[in-house]
Amino acid sequence: MIRLIAAILALLCAAPARAQVTIAISCGAVGVEFQMCREAAEAWARETGNQVQLVSTPSGSTERLALYQQLLSAGSADIDVLQLDVVWPGILARNLLDLSPHVPREALEPVFPALVENNTVDGRLVALPWFTNAGVLYCRRDLLEKYGRPVPETWAELAETAAFIMQAERAAGADRMWGYVFQGRAYEGLTVNALEWLHSHGGGRIVNPDGQITVNTPQAVTAIRQAAGWVGTIAPRGVLNYAEEDARGVFQSGNAVFMRNWPYAWPLLNAEDSTVRGRVGVALLPKGGEDGQHSATLGGEQLAVSRHSRHPEQAIALIRYLTSAAEQKRRAIVGGFNPALRPLYEDAEVLAANPFFGTLYDSFANAVPRPSAVTGRRYNQVSAEFWNAVHAVLAGQMEAGPALDRLERNLLRIGRDGQW
Amino acid sequence: MVERAGTIQQQRQRSAWIFLLPVLITIAAIAGWPLGRTIWFSLTDARLDEMEATRFIGLENYLWLARDPEWWVAVRNTLVFAGVSVTLETLLGIIVALVLNAKMRGRGVLRAAMLIPWAIPTVVSAQMWGWMLHDQYGVINEMLMAVGLIAEPRAWTANYSTALAAVIAVDVWKTTPFMALLTLAALQLLPDELYEAAEIDGLGPVGQFFRITLPLIWPALMVAIIFRTLDALRVFDLMFVLTGNSRATASMSVYARQQLVDFQDVGYGSAAATGLFLVIAVVTALFITFGRVRLGGEAGR
Amino acid sequence: MTLQQMKPMRILGRAGFFLLVLAIVAYTVFPFYWAIVSSLKGGAALFSVEAWPSAPEWSNYTAVFQEQPFGRNILNSVIVAGSVVALSLFLGVTAAFALGRVQFRGRGFLLLVILGVSMFPQVAVLSGLFELIRALGLYNNLFGLTLSYLIFTLPFTVWVLTTYMREMPMELEEAAMMDGASPFVVLTRIFLPLMGPAMATTGLLAFIAAWNEFLFALTFTLTDEMRTVPVAIALISGSSSFELPWGRIMAASVIVTLPLIGLVLVFQRRIVSGLTAGAVKG
Repeated sequence: MIRLIAAILALLCAAPARAQVTIAISCGAVGVEFQMCREAAEAWARETGNQVQLVSTPSGSTERLALYQQLLSAGSADIDVLQLDVVWPGILARNLLDLSPHVPREALEPVFPALVENNTVDGRLVALPWFTNAGVLYCRRDLLEKYGRPVPETWAELAETAAFIMQAERAAGADRMWGYVFQGRAYEGLTVNALEWLHSHGGGRIVNPDGQITVNTPQAVTAIRQAAGWVGTIAPRGVLNYAEEDARGVFQSGNAVFMRNWPYAWPLLNAEDSTVRGRVGVALLPKGGEDGQHSATLGGEQLAVSRHSRHPEQAIALIRYLTSAAEQKRRAIVGGFNPALRPLYEDAEVLAANPFFGTLYDSFANAVPRPSAVTGRRYNQVSAEFWNAVHAVLAGQMEAGPALDRLERNLLRIGRDGQW
Repeated sequence: MVERAGTIQQQRQRSAWIFLLPVLITIAAIAGWPLGRTIWFSLTDARLDEMEATRFIGLENYLWLARDPEWWVAVRNTLVFAGVSVTLETLLGIIVALVLNAKMRGRGVLRAAMLIPWAIPTVVSAQMWGWMLHDQYGVINEMLMAVGLIAEPRAWTANYSTALAAVIAVDVWKTTPFMALLTLAALQLLPDELYEAAEIDGLGPVGQFFRITLPLIWPALMVAIIFRTLDALRVFDLMFVLTGNSRATASMSVYARQQLVDFQDVGYGSAAATGLFLVIAVVTALFITFGRVRLGGEAGR
Repeated sequence: MTLQQMKPMRILGRAGFFLLVLAIVAYTVFPFYWAIVSSLKGGAALFSVEAWPSAPEWSNYTAVFQEQPFGRNILNSVIVAGSVVALSLFLGVTAAFALGRVQFRGRGFLLLVILGVSMFPQVAVLSGLFELIRALGLYNNLFGLTLSYLIFTLPFTVWVLTTYMREMPMELEEAAMMDGASPFVVLTRIFLPLMGPAMATTGLLAFIAAWNEFLFALTFTLTDEMRTVPVAIALISGSSSFELPWGRIMAASVIVTLPLIGLVLVFQRRIVSGLTAGAVKG
């Protein structure tokens, strides 16, 4: 107690003596996310006697990345702390501070290793994980019960169950019913979905961590051919232009049996005015086959410090505060954000607020990162090649085999034969 | 007398340059650096995250560009898009302008109503159309089904075959007001006596339009068409919002942006941007030649 | 053609004309109507198709103003678009006079150079302009935005006004010049009053173009207090990162479109009254 008082006194005395600085932080553009970030950043400012300025950025990730690149490449010091999507560390690494000298090893111990690996580019730790994310399967529990079907374990089972329920429901008059919706638009989200198909079949991670291109395998051909079979049968053709919200729109109006989406949809599906409120279940995404595995692509956000920041010391202090266990716990309980720290998934208060954190722990712990660390600044190019190839197959423009052949050739050219 | 006319002419020319100076300075100041820089970077291997280590590589970027099939797909998409949409917009714009030029009650309100599509920010209207064209809960499908034109909902923006047509339809909706307004302003300049004379000559409305109206509004119409074409050839956000980066509809601007921003390849992206500039320059030259646009001709009629 | 035949023809023509007007209005206004309908819906009702929401909600409209300084954003847009129009009309008219009324060598070339400025895609100009604006110390400043918008409004204004200038009869200024009037007097006293429709039209188009611009506005401003309307709308967001708060976006769009409609209603009188029948008589 005395030590605490002493610490507070020391803080109070020290604060005015230290030069006050203003740290500009761009975090969460949106509702709860923005609110929570503001609260935490202001709390830090009060504790340390500094100031924070919150810069709002577009919620669309393409626009935000473009804005960051513009600011960083101009050497602008206007934003000190940036919130990064999980695939950006490799792209922006050159303009971010290396945090490893400032963060003790043991602080990274409880963090999901996949995230640390993802944020380490050429041996430099360029961002601290803030919260994680992984794809999950939403299903209509009521319909599964009605037709006495279990939650599907494999993609084949999913297709079969979806087709069966869809036919039965349509016969019963629900003529807008579909079996499965996912993100099939030609954008980053398709890379996320398709990586899940590939990986669950044991078909690799597009580019393996050692730089080897593993996209043209028999398993990958099977996986993508299988997905192409869904379009127009259990999934509407429009799925070729669906992003997250389009899929949620169809599912939430009660017109789909299954949906692949991020956990963000959970509270929305169960909101007051939702058609499917209380009738939705969450499960692991299916396996590629009997000997396949459950795979979910890793998502989530990181915090990084700009290399051009005028106050790197304080900026680092701020992101360490924001990624601390106490703060991540608060965010998990109040905002439903998946902590990046493993021990928090055993925390009673966190689990009480988010029951499926416990049941889907494996999904978050073993989430598959996209090959953004190894491909570095060429990641966007790799991803664009990948989603375009998959999109062409889904749309029936190309066969899976030739499409992947061509994709492999293109990736070899972009990655200079795997050296990256 | 001759001498005096000469000095007046010289005076006028001198004052013309004084009048022109502010515009030229402004344009040189705001456009000179950005455009020059883009052209310079198109000859280098600059990357967004390490601009310092830029190397001059000559025309290499352009050679890559010329060999990239995707670039040519983008060129084709853009030309088809611009050709079809500008043609439709011009025809519709003239019709709308003629209607709004008629003397009738409430045309003030009509003019305001007509301008609405142009007034809604593209960021919003593109998304709005995406929503309206949605295959599951889009109102367009509902309406077409109610009328009986289609039997089941279509995925307009997802099918490779209809995606470009959908984008064109939205663009026509969005920019017809632009053409209509400029045509309307040109129509306002025409004196009524011309038509009175024409009526006496027994020309019908159609004859009046082709014999009198069209030739007289032609210069203004050509300028409107040229600027609309420039805009259409640089189209970006419509495609980006409606169909993402899909290669089936990607325009040259989408391609250039992807290289410049997403792939951080400033050198190659600048080459694509300059390529777009060249395509536009050729199209404009054709318009100016075949549209008989006077650049330096005699003033007045 | 006898009178009896004439009448049904006339009525048919009238009816056809009326139908045409109706079709035009439906085509242009329906999406806006749909925006209003969507702005009155909340949550899941958005995903259903109804001609009018069964339970209209105004919450979206109040939310727009609560969550951000939206009033300030509108003011910013008015300032930027207004000054863009003033500057481009001033520069445009003076240039158009020189290019449209005076003969000198290099005139066509100058017109082409001015046109060439608008031949580059916006994204290619972005970086260079960003550097320029930072160098001038105009980053996060409304004047920086105004300056950057001239890059697309100026070529357009100059070209359109030059075309109109050129169409004016020669006799107009000859008389004035005989009286020894200076070019400045000729421009302001004789041409300006006659340029009403063209100025109103180009001004309106430039205003809307500046009002709706997004990419520059996003890149050249940083704080919420300096944002313009399209950026503010793009920054409206749901409770989590993927959710699209459609109702509020639509409400904001309706709010910002209304002043433009008002503006058109005011300006359209200028478009009509600038040149009525036979005003141009040498």
